[in-house]
Amino acid sequence: MDDPRRNPVADVALQGGMVARGARVKRAKVLRKLQVSDITYRWMTRAAAIVVLVILSGIILSLIRGSWLALSNYGFTFLVDDTWNPVTEKFGAAAAIYGTVVTSIIAMLIAVPVGLLIAVFLTELCPMWLRRPIGIAIELLAGIPSIIYGIWGLFVFAPFLQQYVQPVLIDTFDSVPWLSTLFAGPPYGIGTLTAGLILAIMVLPFVTSISRDVFEAVPPVLKEAAYGLGATTWEVSRYVVLPYTRIGVIGGIMLGLGRALGETMAVTFVIGNAHRISGSILAPGTTISATIANEFTEAVGDLYTSSLIALGLILFFITFIVLAAARLMLMRLNARVGG
Amino acid sequence: MALYDTRRRRNNIAMGLSVGATVFGLAWLVLILAVLLWKGFSGLSLAVFTQMTPPPGSDGGLLNPIMGSLLMTAIAVAIGTPLGILAGTYMAEYGRYDKLTIVVRFINDILLSAPSIVIGLFIYEIMVAKMGHFSGWAGAVALAVIVVPVVVRTTEDMLILVPDTLREAAASIGLPRSLMIRRVAYRAARAGMVTGVLLAVARISGETAPLLFTALNNQFWSLNLNAPVASLPVVIFQFALSPYEDWQRLAWTGALIITFAVLALSITARALTGRKSA
Repeated sequence: MDDPRRNPVADVALQGGMVARGARVKRAKVLRKLQVSDITYRWMTRAAAIVVLVILSGIILSLIRGSWLALSNYGFTFLVDDTWNPVTEKFGAAAAIYGTVVTSIIAMLIAVPVGLLIAVFLTELCPMWLRRPIGIAIELLAGIPSIIYGIWGLFVFAPFLQQYVQPVLIDTFDSVPWLSTLFAGPPYGIGTLTAGLILAIMVLPFVTSISRDVFEAVPPVLKEAAYGLGATTWEVSRYVVLPYTRIGVIGGIMLGLGRALGETMAVTFVIGNAHRISGSILAPGTTISATIANEFTEAVGDLYTSSLIALGLILFFITFIVLAAARLMLMRLNARVGG
Repeated sequence: MALYDTRRRRNNIAMGLSVGATVFGLAWLVLILAVLLWKGFSGLSLAVFTQMTPPPGSDGGLLNPIMGSLLMTAIAVAIGTPLGILAGTYMAEYGRYDKLTIVVRFINDILLSAPSIVIGLFIYEIMVAKMGHFSGWAGAVALAVIVVPVVVRTTEDMLILVPDTLREAAASIGLPRSLMIRRVAYRAARAGMVTGVLLAVARISGETAPLLFTALNNQFWSLNLNAPVASLPVVIFQFALSPYEDWQRLAWTGALIITFAVLALSITARALTGRKSA
């Protein structure tokens, strides 16, 4: 195709003779154009794929650069110090990290069992025609923007908790030694527990949909064998389905955890934004993302801004590890199913 | 017999719990939507779509944040979609078994669930801090960074589902690879790829965190992308936390608009793929 003087076999075979030279030159031109567009397209797609990598490294590098001032100023104490005082320019991340971890733990403690039970319902009990609608409805929970959870949490959920749930919690655990500290103090409505509960609702669809997907991938033969031995639905779920899908379920849980750790708006509305570590989960606290969302535009001074970006770096670091672990587990699962 | 009873009782309890869990999960959806309708619907009027955000204590609408949101979403999709489709194309068509593809897929999955506030900080560092002021462009780029991983993921998944026989048929009649991808593979995967874009739009139209310190907010009518631009989620954030009752009412109305727009988008997206797989 490079040399128009050559006579391709196809021309001879199809037309029973030589093709005029002009036609061959034209064809060579078209082919060249196609070749160029082919190569260009290949490189464009490759460049776009590399842009994804550039975005990630850009995020990491810009966060490191932005937080350099704070990190070099405070060093390791930034991580363990829980004072956050813009007036004296004394900053530490401990209170925010603590709040992030505690709200996420509360969220996972609720979302994991509930999500797994919903997945069992969807794969074992639910009539076929209801599976898709219920599955979609649960997934729509994930589609509701987080700011809606925030406004709903602040105006509807928090007052409800303050009036009906928190007083009961305080009274019930008043005399229990360890739990009385955990549920101490006046019922504010907003606070760590409220934030954790709202996060639980937000994470629920992630845990549910991944667990359902891996539950559905269990070979029917395994379940049928167990049912054939006389096992109950619960026993099949607990001793056959769950062990078989363990890796996938854990991957799904970690994915949900990654979401919970980084969730911003819903938490910002209901956490109360108090920079202190409190033993009671009813008390107001703060999380990394809520601190950034609340204070970033109002931060004056380079050190303040830099400390907030350092918080962002810590958050990205934590979520990166959690999400990477989740992906590795799900990848291992896919390799096993595929292979 | 006692053992049998225990097992049966245990099974009944567990199954009861799992039905209960499902009802519990669905209840939240119903509760949230009901409250939104109840609180937001009363404020819904023509003025919401024709007037600017008011100062506290007077009447007004949400025209400028709605326009700002539409504008930034459109630009974000215009930047993010081609990029995402090209990257997804490389991963599914050219380099399906490349090392690069494996790395990009992994990184992309992490970006997919990365905290959006961190993306806001990133754009603040590279655009707002450099330019010295908040701008609509920065907001749009921040949203585009969220669009890319969603589109990459769906494009790759959908292209991989296209049967290889189609590709082989196209190649056998002499179509060059790039044409084969554009004319055959894209067409076969179109419904799924459109779904990806719709999901991305649904995702960014409710995003607040990355706009807080990129596009900021603007009380007045402005489509100048070099200046701060109002957006629906940020206005909801500001109005909901304000002590003024009419602002809070507008926030609920805005919340209602966003939620139903987002839910409509996700349901459309699902309907598109649902019909295809059925």
